[in-house]
Amino acid sequence: MNAILRTEKLRVEFKGREFRQLPKVALRGLDLEVNAGEVFGFLGPNGAGKTTTINVLLGFIQPTGGSASLFGIDVRQPIARQRIGYLPELTYYYKFLTAEELLRFYSRIFSLPRAEAEKRIDAVLKLVELDSARKRLIKTYSKGMQQRVGLAQALINNPDLLMLDEPTSGLDPLGRMKVREIIQRLKNEGKTVFFSSHELGEVETVCDRVAIIAEGELKAVGRVGDIVGQRASLEKAFLDIVGYQPQSTP
Amino acid sequence: MNNIFAVAGVVIKELYRRKDFYVLFILTIVICLVMASVNIFNDSQIIRYLKELCLLLIWISSLVIAITTTARQIPAEREQRTLLPLLAKPLSRTQLIFGKFLGCWLACGLVLVCFYAFFGALAASREHTWPLLNYFQAAFLHWVMLGVVIAMTLLGSLVFAAPSSNSTICLVIVLAILCVGRYLDLVALSLAEPGRSIISGIYYTFPHLEVPFGMRNLIVHDWPLIEWKFVALDALYLLAYAAAFLVAACLVFRRKAVN
Repeated sequence: MNAILRTEKLRVEFKGREFRQLPKVALRGLDLEVNAGEVFGFLGPNGAGKTTTINVLLGFIQPTGGSASLFGIDVRQPIARQRIGYLPELTYYYKFLTAEELLRFYSRIFSLPRAEAEKRIDAVLKLVELDSARKRLIKTYSKGMQQRVGLAQALINNPDLLMLDEPTSGLDPLGRMKVREIIQRLKNEGKTVFFSSHELGEVETVCDRVAIIAEGELKAVGRVGDIVGQRASLEKAFLDIVGYQPQSTP
Repeated sequence: MNNIFAVAGVVIKELYRRKDFYVLFILTIVICLVMASVNIFNDSQIIRYLKELCLLLIWISSLVIAITTTARQIPAEREQRTLLPLLAKPLSRTQLIFGKFLGCWLACGLVLVCFYAFFGALAASREHTWPLLNYFQAAFLHWVMLGVVIAMTLLGSLVFAAPSSNSTICLVIVLAILCVGRYLDLVALSLAEPGRSIISGIYYTFPHLEVPFGMRNLIVHDWPLIEWKFVALDALYLLAYAAAFLVAACLVFRRKAVN
């Protein structure tokens, strides 16, 4: 298969804030490969290193060791981000812009020609069902609408790889369903989607493969069916893999 | 350059959609019009006082707008988390810093056009003259001087955690430079070593913003134009300082973790 996202022995350490405090190891030699056209779920408990991995992939933080690349280009090069879309968790976009203006701004950063940018803006606003609110200031949007604006900005350059950091976090069931539908539609279009989530049911529904990390280490990677194996659900498999021990009640 | 202009465009939109500028502009107009309606001591040259007051308000307003607008740019991007989707695009941190600088500087240029147009109209209503070249010289050097202030504030926004502390520190530094900066060498001469060397070092290191500030006298007292080569030299001197602050801001920002 053709890997478009790859990390090799990725290690990230954060220096301690206090004098003599030992560095905190966020990632310990993470090896990951995501192939073109698949929906890849990135799972792990809080503090496992999911967001740190995404931050390295997007060039926000420098790895202490190892390497990471997108489409074969080192992630430290801004050009590596030309063909990706990214939706961060809980972002509040510029309140003084309308959705249309926000998307026009981002399309300029991708150097899209004006006519093509307008076509993309129309298409993504229709996709996320914000066409009727396109001329309203973002500060008047509900939380769900803001999340959908986020999805629209992630899609403005028609990316080959979409990275979503807990895309359904804080959304109501209807909002979650819409986001899931959009991911499904992108998958049908042959796009690669890499997303982290705590919603295991959702991951089970849309993902081709998943990786589970805990304490900065890759614990399991493979097809959802293979990881679930003989267990009742992905949730059960997840708890087993991360080593969760239920406390017995007296 | 396309990315820098795109970022600058958003900063300019922010300025004209926020109320800061309108409040200060209307306040300046109201104060000046009230003062213009009063004739103290039947002084025939009262227009000079009015021009002096109007220019002082313009200077205060422009500094407040420049510093507060710039100080919140990067911290607001961090707080609202818009920095993440922005830097996840093919936009380098240097382009972001330059875009923010250009946006704030151009926005302040537009603010100055409005303020000086009002000043010109107010002065013309009494003096019936339009010394446009004098106004241009004063406004141009004022704008270039704001470039230094904006670059310095941008650097401060990467060093200090809160926009309010950065704004206060920058405002105090700029006011100190404008009010007492030119006298520091005299102070140094009256001191013993090592105070003399330290104060002299500060005097020769910090940017001297006095020339644009002193240009007020040119239009208050109807003095003749300054030679253009001196205007160009002072502009180059100020731009060199703005560039130095911008380079420092880029170096600081490159080392900062964004998450």
